[in-house]
Amino acid sequence: MSGKLDLKRFLSGNAVILVFVLISAAAIPASKLSGTYIVQEMLTRIGRNSFLVLALLLPIYAGMGLNFGMTLGAMAGQLGLICAVNWGITGVEGLAFAALIGMPISIALGYVCGSILNKAKGREMVTGYMLGFFINGVYQFTVLYFMGMVIPIRNASILLSRGFGIRNTLNLESVRQSLDLLWSLKAGPYVLPMSTYLVLAALCVFIVWFRRTKLGQDMRAVGFDMGVAEAAGIPVDRTRVIAIVISTVLACFGQIIFLQNMGNMATYNAHDQTSFFAVAALLVGGASVKKATIPNVFIGVVLLHVLFVVSPRAGQNLFGSAQIGEYFRQFIGYGVIALSLVLYATRERREAAALRASTYGAGRKAAAAGGSV
Amino acid sequence: MPDLKQTVAEFGWPRVIIFLFLVALFVLAPFVGVRLDDSLTNVLNRFGQNAVFVLAMVPMIQSGCGLNFGLSLGIIAGLLGGILSGQLGLAGAAGFFGAIALASPFAVLLGLGYGKLLNKVKGEEMTIAMYVGFASVMFMCIMWLVLPFSNPTMIWGYGGKGLRTTISVEKFYRGVLNNFLMIKAGEHLRIPTGTLLFDALCAYLMWGFLKTRTGTAVTAVGSNPDYARASGLSVDRMRTVSVVISTFLGAVGILVYQQSYGFMQLYGAPLQMPFAAVAAILIGGASVNKASMLNVILGTFLFQGLLTMTPSVINAALQTDMSEVVRLIVSNGIIVYALTRKTRVAK
Repeated sequence: MSGKLDLKRFLSGNAVILVFVLISAAAIPASKLSGTYIVQEMLTRIGRNSFLVLALLLPIYAGMGLNFGMTLGAMAGQLGLICAVNWGITGVEGLAFAALIGMPISIALGYVCGSILNKAKGREMVTGYMLGFFINGVYQFTVLYFMGMVIPIRNASILLSRGFGIRNTLNLESVRQSLDLLWSLKAGPYVLPMSTYLVLAALCVFIVWFRRTKLGQDMRAVGFDMGVAEAAGIPVDRTRVIAIVISTVLACFGQIIFLQNMGNMATYNAHDQTSFFAVAALLVGGASVKKATIPNVFIGVVLLHVLFVVSPRAGQNLFGSAQIGEYFRQFIGYGVIALSLVLYATRERREAAALRASTYGAGRKAAAAGGSV
Repeated sequence: MPDLKQTVAEFGWPRVIIFLFLVALFVLAPFVGVRLDDSLTNVLNRFGQNAVFVLAMVPMIQSGCGLNFGLSLGIIAGLLGGILSGQLGLAGAAGFFGAIALASPFAVLLGLGYGKLLNKVKGEEMTIAMYVGFASVMFMCIMWLVLPFSNPTMIWGYGGKGLRTTISVEKFYRGVLNNFLMIKAGEHLRIPTGTLLFDALCAYLMWGFLKTRTGTAVTAVGSNPDYARASGLSVDRMRTVSVVISTFLGAVGILVYQQSYGFMQLYGAPLQMPFAAVAAILIGGASVNKASMLNVILGTFLFQGLLTMTPSVINAALQTDMSEVVRLIVSNGIIVYALTRKTRVAK
């Protein structure tokens, strides 16, 4: 009985990750891509994407769920990059400059986001998501109309031909892979962007350290139970705002790292999919709305991106259409997010019901198991 | 004076601002050379196209399931109905009502499943609804490619496989409602009477439903689940009923939209449709857990009015197209605003 229960619990606890491993195991041979190619892709993509995924951790500790509002930070990072290209600052200095410009913007946006989420307790995720759309409107307004009209742009080549507004694609040649190539290591057939890995390692150390500080402990207390934290004298709202501000700033840096690796930027929709990829990766890695660890991040990035690399090819080989693979990977991405949110919410409710049953005794137990709670 | 202030505060400043902005656009229009009768025709057309979508929000808001970000499920059912009707070669009114009939089983089945799912995740409905909607749209993208439809006006000319991204409904049911009793006053003013009547019928049925025994039960479950349970109502059942109705209206909504717009849009098109409906009902004064027919009508009119008037007036005045940005800011701003209002979150 108990063994059966354990297996069931293990399956439901790791359902997402298991489904993913199975799908990938089927898709890799079907894609006929070489192992070397896939491994190299993964090495690159870990450097490119992990920072953004790590940015999601703090709000989870603070009990605010998945921070879909991270898009705000991504937009701040893009504004920073536009400025760096405009001023013609190249290389790593350009990235540092972009981060310096993006930081105050993302702190301000993070503060706004945190304050709004405090007014929407209990539905932070959907509010953060919609806030991302809203700020996207403001971002488009700024970049498409203000830049060149109100905000002076010196570099005419990044402007649209009408004289204001930034071009749809911003060429980041001047800062392209400057962080990755700062120190890159050749190991056999593989190229390792060591400098990016070092930045990632530094961030991991920061997160581990932060969890042990007073603020980090407060954050986890708030995430565990807001009422208890409040009673213990922790400024709940303030702690939540800080979690979001840090996450937004990290998302800003993460987007800069992401884009320097890509080498060009779709000015008006580079940030559209940021939260989707980051959240999907984290959940694929076995995290939930309430619990996420650093290993979840890296496992998730690898698993999600293996599928993303192989599925168009697998679709081509299996169904004669790369488009099917393309749709399939998006379906899987959205589906994984939906599935793990559902699994988490059902588990939470079941536990609440079990707790109620044990508090009120056996009489209520039957009612709780009946699902009418 | 304090009365006015209180009324405004209750209605919410964002809505008042949007309303005034729309009035300003209408006043400005003649000065920048935009014909008012043209604009009115456009607004009425778009009102007719979208009202059923907005109406679909009502039952789930009333039953406490929140804003239906997963309306795409209903839209998918409607698309299936429309395509099946086209495949069977139905045309005209038979095509349109045939499409609704063919869509119904899909809508009911999807609605049942979707409702069951939402019952398991009380308190997190909206985020999950959104991702369930996204995932289903992507799943259907694959289906549109592989399902064995064969009507040559619907599938890609080359390769002869897979449905087109946009399919003209000219030969199926274009204008079935729009042209019914259409009033042509002058050269520019055309009123799509049939569509407006159909919308009114749907709204009347919804209003009537909310007055029935089941309808009152749905509202009771939404406004106080504990009380409803204590008085012997099955919370889960009422919620499922509301989800099925909402999904069905989503299916009807997309068909009404198609007959007026003239095209079926497949693949990624349904992804963003729920957001417009959500924004519209909120602009009309609904909250996350309370909505009325007045909210639907006012909201659809304000939101579609804004979408129609902004591009024409602002483009004429400033010579730049800012409509997309205005749409993004207004529609998403109002959703964020509504989500931050204080309401009880049902667990």
